Amino acid sequence: MSNIGSYEKRLEDFDWSIAEKELDYKSGDDINIGWYCSDRICEMGKADKPALIWEGLGGVEKQYTFNDVRLRSNTIASFLKDLGIKNEDRVCLFMDKIPELYIGFVGILKLGAVAQPLFSAFGDESLHVRLDNAQTTAIITQRKHVSKVRKILDQMPYVKHIILVDYDGSKPLREREVAFNMDEAEQVEKFEAFPTKAESPSVLHYTSGTTGQPKGVKHVHYSLISQYLTTKWVLDLQENDIYWCTADPGWVTGTSYGIIGPWSLGITQCVLDTGFSAESWYKFIEKRKVTMWYSAPTAIRSLMKAGNEIIKQYDLSSLRHLASVGEPLNAEAVIWSEKVFGKAFLDTYWQTETGSMMLTNYPGMKIKPGSMGKPFPGITATVLDTKTFEPISETGKPGLIGFKPDWPAMMRTYWRNEETYQKKFENGWYLPGDRAYIDQDGYYWFIGRDDDVINTGGHLISPFEVESALLEHEAVAESAVVAKPDEVNMEVVKAFVTLKPGFVADDDLELKIMNFIRKKLSPLAMPQEIEYRDSLPKTRSGKIMRRVLHAQEWGEEIGDISTLEDD
Amino acid sequence: MEDMKEIILEYVIEEYCDEENDDVTFDTPLISGGIVDSFSMVSLKRFLENKYKISIPDADASPEAFDTVNKIEVLVKRFQ
Repeated sequence: MSNIGSYEKRLEDFDWSIAEKELDYKSGDDINIGWYCSDRICEMGKADKPALIWEGLGGVEKQYTFNDVRLRSNTIASFLKDLGIKNEDRVCLFMDKIPELYIGFVGILKLGAVAQPLFSAFGDESLHVRLDNAQTTAIITQRKHVSKVRKILDQMPYVKHIILVDYDGSKPLREREVAFNMDEAEQVEKFEAFPTKAESPSVLHYTSGTTGQPKGVKHVHYSLISQYLTTKWVLDLQENDIYWCTADPGWVTGTSYGIIGPWSLGITQCVLDTGFSAESWYKFIEKRKVTMWYSAPTAIRSLMKAGNEIIKQYDLSSLRHLASVGEPLNAEAVIWSEKVFGKAFLDTYWQTETGSMMLTNYPGMKIKPGSMGKPFPGITATVLDTKTFEPISETGKPGLIGFKPDWPAMMRTYWRNEETYQKKFENGWYLPGDRAYIDQDGYYWFIGRDDDVINTGGHLISPFEVESALLEHEAVAESAVVAKPDEVNMEVVKAFVTLKPGFVADDDLELKIMNFIRKKLSPLAMPQEIEYRDSLPKTRSGKIMRRVLHAQEWGEEIGDISTLEDD
Repeated sequence: MEDMKEIILEYVIEEYCDEENDDVTFDTPLISGGIVDSFSMVSLKRFLENKYKISIPDADASPEAFDTVNKIEVLVKRFQ
């Protein structure tokens, strides 16, 4: 029997207080996610239950019980407190998927500080922009990533501490650096979790838009209510499950459903901290006897590409439930997974701003391959007319997805950018920026983004950010960046550039520009292709018309080009 | 002529490593070891194609084939 039981029945009498009651929370009480993910589980008698089974390169393994998580998060919180870090200070986690990242996240929340996880592959500029916006007080990182921090340190007087979790003493620590070894530090038995309230800030995740700099999405401790219940009902986590969320906590899935969801339910999760290969993933599922697997379409398509023969080499019979997030899961992938694993991946739709699942498929509900499913109980969803922003009553007519912003995990604002936050609403609806239609059975079907943001492998890339970085390359005079279709990643970044006089448009320069962006921003933002042009399409007022280039890439109609500048 | 493996190794260290993790050898797992991610693999493939004037089909550019410098050398020689 699944946790949700009947979806239809849940809709009838739904109230978020279901989760509040299960979590023993009443309005006005203290609510601290860090405490809920560690101390409370121990108090429920699960102190000795494994919380984290971690595997690194070469099969290196570490295991932590819920009591270990409690003690180590106490120790981290206490260490940060001794450094002078206080509630609501921003503490950045800039690490690979190592245990310190997961447990550090819990420790930061216990202290009442705001966890700011950043993807460890970010280049120094991506890092700087996000730290600057957040005015981050401390950065917890590893030796392998500290050089990117050191490079920009002079521009960040607000960063008081850089905490190295794997310092080995081989080289001297530098300015503002301090060593902290989570496993070897004297464990702190008692740490009073900061009495955060429902609206106290908890997590700051960064996301990209069409224009402007990345936005810091502010979440609060009350988000736990919907993260807990969606994990329970959609991911269907049950007492003896071994859960594997493949997402990196540098992104929202990795925290909402890679830390908060499973640990607030007292579920054992495992983490594989190595690069992707079909062999290593299947081996991991077999070895760890994974029962619930939450992954992403890009990974699923890569597994499809690796073929079905390899699957026969592994015993994957432990798997009982699969789900996917990050970008639309194509029907072929759903059908394939049913064929090879005996279970279909259930697509879930949500985003950084929503903090928890919004439209999803449910255990027990009929799946229509390629559909995002139906709204989670308690979520008021619709598709809106693109001009009037009124709900569309006609079945199958495309429009903008809209949500009534009244669920617990909804973002509270963009950090230091309330103006942009307000622009996300029309007519009382929150607009996530995607287009869809609803079929006759109430299922939602994704059509595409409503802006120029590029979704590559489930990560949003701002064309503006890449274009700006391109202009910093000595050879580039003008740039325009659009999405290019990609079989595995759905979309990848493609750049169109014009060159300054004296530079030769050749393959070597293309590679130099690609690497320039990779190091400056991130591998995700690196153009997978650069096309040299003599000129870029512009309006008569000089604005580059990205949509013309986008249409060319996707083989679509270019549309109205009456404002296009003559050559 | 400079050894192909040396050239590739030098490029990998120069482009994908920093002073704290530059102890890469011919056998160090690059992809499964997280030194080169799947997106960055595109730039490594482009380097090999430019340098050795070859074209590596996408179907052959698998994470396994790019996992060590030794394996990359085998791959490049296949297409020379």
